[in-house]
Amino acid sequence: MRYWPLLFAAAAVFAVGSFVYSPFDPDWWLPAGPEGGLTSVSSIGRRIDSLYILILVITGVVFIGTQIALVWATWRFADAPGRVAQYFHGSQRLEVIWTIVPAAILVFIALYQMGTWADIKFRSSAPKIQPLAEITGRQFQWVMRYPGPDGVLNTGDDLQLVNDLHFVKGKQSLIYLKASDVIHSFFLPALRIKQDAVPGLTIPVWFDADTQGKYELVCAELCGWGHYKMRGNVTVHGSQSDFDEWMGRALNEQNRDTVAAVGPQGR
Amino acid sequence: MSTTHTADAHGNGHGHGSDDHGHDHIHAQPTNFLRRYVFSEDHKVIGIQFLFSSLIFFVLGGLMAMAIRWQLAWPWSPMPILSQTLWANQGYRMPPEFYNKLFTMHGTVMIFFVIVPILSGAFGNYLIPLMIGARDMAFPKLNMFSYWAMPFSFVAILNSFVVEGGSAEAGWTSYPPLSSFLQSTVGSLSGQTWWLVGLLFAGISSLMGSINYITTIIMLRSPGMRMFRMPMTVWALFITALLQAFALPVLTSALVMQLLDRTIGTNFFSPANWVVGNGPEKVGGGQTILWQHLFWFYSHPAVYIMILPAMGMVSDIISTFSRKPLFGYKPMVFATAAIAGLGFIVWGHHMFQSGMNPALGATFMLSTMMIALPSAIKVFNWLGTMWGGRVQFTTAMLNAIAFVAMFIIGGLSGIFMAATPVDMHIHDTYFIVAHIHYVLFGGSTFGVFAAIYYWYPKMFGRLMDERLGKIHFLLSFIFFNGTFFLMHIVGMHGHPRRIADPLIYGYLNNAGITGMNKFMTYSAFALGLSQIIFAWNFFYSLVGGEKAGPNPWKANSLEWTTTSPPPYYNFETLPTVYHPAYEFSVPGAAADFLPQTEPMPADAPPLDPVMA
Repeated sequence: MRYWPLLFAAAAVFAVGSFVYSPFDPDWWLPAGPEGGLTSVSSIGRRIDSLYILILVITGVVFIGTQIALVWATWRFADAPGRVAQYFHGSQRLEVIWTIVPAAILVFIALYQMGTWADIKFRSSAPKIQPLAEITGRQFQWVMRYPGPDGVLNTGDDLQLVNDLHFVKGKQSLIYLKASDVIHSFFLPALRIKQDAVPGLTIPVWFDADTQGKYELVCAELCGWGHYKMRGNVTVHGSQSDFDEWMGRALNEQNRDTVAAVGPQGR
Repeated sequence: MSTTHTADAHGNGHGHGSDDHGHDHIHAQPTNFLRRYVFSEDHKVIGIQFLFSSLIFFVLGGLMAMAIRWQLAWPWSPMPILSQTLWANQGYRMPPEFYNKLFTMHGTVMIFFVIVPILSGAFGNYLIPLMIGARDMAFPKLNMFSYWAMPFSFVAILNSFVVEGGSAEAGWTSYPPLSSFLQSTVGSLSGQTWWLVGLLFAGISSLMGSINYITTIIMLRSPGMRMFRMPMTVWALFITALLQAFALPVLTSALVMQLLDRTIGTNFFSPANWVVGNGPEKVGGGQTILWQHLFWFYSHPAVYIMILPAMGMVSDIISTFSRKPLFGYKPMVFATAAIAGLGFIVWGHHMFQSGMNPALGATFMLSTMMIALPSAIKVFNWLGTMWGGRVQFTTAMLNAIAFVAMFIIGGLSGIFMAATPVDMHIHDTYFIVAHIHYVLFGGSTFGVFAAIYYWYPKMFGRLMDERLGKIHFLLSFIFFNGTFFLMHIVGMHGHPRRIADPLIYGYLNNAGITGMNKFMTYSAFALGLSQIIFAWNFFYSLVGGEKAGPNPWKANSLEWTTTSPPPYYNFETLPTVYHPAYEFSVPGAAADFLPQTEPMPADAPPLDPVMA
């Protein structure tokens, strides 16, 4: 009878335990770069990670405190022969304390993260650079349009690719995000970037990565039966020259295809 | 006996009287079977009707959840039973669009046909008149209609499974354009239209119910039942009804707009110069995000509609089984009202990544942080209620304690989402799924179990078996945590919700995530199977349970002063109320409980007007 509080204690231990174990296993913790590791590979991602950890610590302390109080209250004050319940209706002083303290903590969290939010999403924070690409979500692929040699989008020499995002390590990249049919969501887990692509809107998104390698692009908004396989490859190049070389090859390939399609008379 | 309260001036509002002032006159119960048990105007029968239909849908929603879990643990492998009957020509594999139907309908059924109707429809109807000392609801006929609007809704929702293209599959949030164009998705044929019609009828039912609750609570309280003497259950249901009444019209208009978009080609939710499918047709002139504003303007308050009544009932149960006054009764009432009020200005936190102006996001983030505050106050007050009490571990109490313990997890994980930058990573991942299930299963559903074990003897005159109840609780609690806790972890790792096959992604296709997905699936099946014990206990006790007597838990509120089950007219004479429902263990009283109908003992310490 009296041992029921142990069940609630066990649930709390399980909860705390799985979060304590997480950082030791890259399969459990926040997704990271190709070499594993425990933090994001983007500068924004690292700020998000540290915010996440801060909130995890605060909520963890509150969680452990309240669960200890709950288990103690039910254990210590469990019904037993001769126990008499106290008669009181509350305490104004306690009510005031446990209103003000959480309010202070919540306001602190709210204000503390405001700057990061502004840097990630406010259009005024967008880097003043030429866009890397225009990316359009459609059922069920990401259509990428890179400016060609003239450096301007939507001209005849653009490079068009599907599900293939390339950018350069250590450099801010800016994309314009669109949707052509339903809502999709541009999600780069290792970079902590997420933004819905909404029909009718063009939304700037910017990010960087400091580790070269292959990553994944996910669609995070339900977009139909093929939603689960709307996956893109992300390649972070080690240097601008790597990127340019790749771009040259890709343009060549695109033009060869075009020529082949037009046929010999076209020449 | 004469009525001495506010109902006097409004006697004709009561409906079934002719020349009298209504509720103080005892009417004979209809003898006709149909009028007595089917088209009944008795709030108790209507409450039980809601209870049974919600429990049936609970089974349906639970089976769908298990099918979802099967696919996530073993993607595309033949599923027992379903795959043999449905997909013989497709290699017995669940097609991806069926997976989308599963989670769409699981969410829809659990929210609109289980949690809302069971909390508000079943317990609201059953308990409100009994707890405030009224003979019935203010509008008994309207009450009957509020239940009989539901079958239309049931038919529409169930019908959507069998029409061409199958049920809706655009998620329970039904974001357009996915939901608003036939070309958008395989199941977006008439299934989606039926879904909209079903929700419209469910909304009509809720609206009729809430009008009744508000009027009944304001007008029909028995003598001495001041507002600040009402049990928390009634307060919570009252505030919930206000939420429903103010928020529902917005959802209703959104549903109608989507229905028009789908049927007669309006374009509320599609942007200008927009090409449908690959067709030549250009449509538009509306805004895709408009739906999200309208939908969440209802559906965010709706998450409080799904938790506040449970909070109220749990408050009563914890006080009863701690044999102690509820800690800070008035602050609890104000916290409930604050949650409801703030609930209207936080809807945008569902839309941080939606393309809405991010400056607006900062505002919604602040208001969302603030809503955690009244929730915290409630948790501390529940702990304060148990502190220094004499805690009796009945099945109802165990479920109520589980509510508190699990709601703490659900509440704290909400802070991660309120923090906009962190939300950027966890939005639309399993972290959100974990959060909503800790609030709605760990919270609301344990609250519902607590309420069923607690009020079952009042409803049916017999007790449920405590030993079976405790086994059911133990298994449910263990496997609930096994099913849902690790969703926080996989979500933090970036596992998106609503994807039929996580193995397609390299970062999810590893031993950790796959292992956790399987573990959660095993737990989900065990959780589902544990409910068989509950079903057996529930139905067997109807005939074989121990006789309950009027007040088996020695509780104070008015429903325990009448027989179990109560007579058609609830009370022989309308009770007179002397104090709030929480006067347990009063020094100088004969027993450790003091029904609201008995005056305080002469030598009792005076009540603190601020706290009680």
